[in-house]
Amino acid sequence: MTMVDARGLSCPEPVLLTKQALADYAGGGFSVAVSSATARENVAALLTGKGLTPTISEEPDGWLITVAGT
Amino acid sequence: MFHRKGLFLLLMTGVVIGIVAILLMTMGNPANMGICVACFLRDTAGALGLDRAANVQYIRPEISGFLLGAFVLAAGSGEFRPTGGSAPLLRFVIAMFIMLGALVFLGCPLRMVLRLAAGDLNALVGLAGFIAGIGGGSAFLNRGFSLGRAMEQPKSSGWVMPAVAVLLLVFLVVRPAYIHFSETGPGAAHAPVGIALVAGLVIGALAQRSRMCMAGGVRDVMLIGNYNLLFGYGAVFVAALVGNLAIGNFNPGFAGQPIAHSDFVWNFLGMALVGYGSVLLGGCPLRQVIMAGEGNADAGISVVGMLIGAAVAHNFGIAASPAGAPVNGQVAVVAGLVVLTAIAFANTRKRKGTMVTA
Repeated sequence: MTMVDARGLSCPEPVLLTKQALADYAGGGFSVAVSSATARENVAALLTGKGLTPTISEEPDGWLITVAGT
Repeated sequence: MFHRKGLFLLLMTGVVIGIVAILLMTMGNPANMGICVACFLRDTAGALGLDRAANVQYIRPEISGFLLGAFVLAAGSGEFRPTGGSAPLLRFVIAMFIMLGALVFLGCPLRMVLRLAAGDLNALVGLAGFIAGIGGGSAFLNRGFSLGRAMEQPKSSGWVMPAVAVLLLVFLVVRPAYIHFSETGPGAAHAPVGIALVAGLVIGALAQRSRMCMAGGVRDVMLIGNYNLLFGYGAVFVAALVGNLAIGNFNPGFAGQPIAHSDFVWNFLGMALVGYGSVLLGGCPLRQVIMAGEGNADAGISVVGMLIGAAVAHNFGIAASPAGAPVNGQVAVVAGLVVLTAIAFANTRKRKGTMVTA
């Protein structure tokens, strides 16, 4: 399970981190923790654009964007 | 390439900003300055007595509108989150230099687009510099530049900027003796308070919802090949261009443009400093104001940095005029590029945000 912790980071770091992690991703589940609505939208859009299906769940300090493992 | 979701909102925001800017100008705001975040913060700094430049002193209600519009919309959609603590003092310094760069070019990125839409080709030079600065900042981002994580702040921290916005409006209307109002010059050119305030509120709300950002537009194309923000940016230009053509305010050329100068090198470098700093901060001046309204204390500190930067610009003879960029301004811009590069190098390290667990 690849986990990216992008909480509290300024635009566009959450997207950049996700992009970098995606480059090495080989399946097995992927999740990104964010703490701003903008990061949530941008990361979800990036994942969707790559053909993945992210689900978003609310956390105490933000959101968790998850892609199920294949 | 671009994500349809949100694109419509961005386009609409851009069109509204472009049209409203032209309207505000026809109703009294300075020429080719229907909206300028840098100039308006500078005018507010002058009104508060932070500097003594007599012709740019006026509390711009548009700024209060941006802050309150963003605040109301964020609060209404559960996005009001007081955060902060991500290298505040560094952000203050970066924001100060962004303002110095903007006042050497004579405009923030938004005014740059509005000037371009009026035929002011000096803004094209500025745009080239802006893009170059964004490229520089983006290079550091790619190498792992980060100002660190922000944390949750007390709820009351998020109320400060909205309260300041209201206080500024009170000062504007009540006119106490210690608040200055220009009698001549750009500070004396303003649309009626009510109209300017409503314009600010509408733009603040739309910009909050759509995440509009003038620096992000170019940056996202460079870093992730996404064109959404750039389209919003383009919408501002097209709408303002149409508006200018309709009112006969399109005069292509370099010379004789209102509240502008033709110092090519300093138009370029001034906006390069703005672009560079905006990428390091994570948003252009407009975006900083919007995020400040959402409760982001780091953006709030950046807004304060811009206010102080404006005061410094006028107190130290840094701000440009239609006559060109003064020597102090040239030194300030070069110093800014050096300082920002030092900050960038000092805060660039291989990213550790990813963890892989079995």
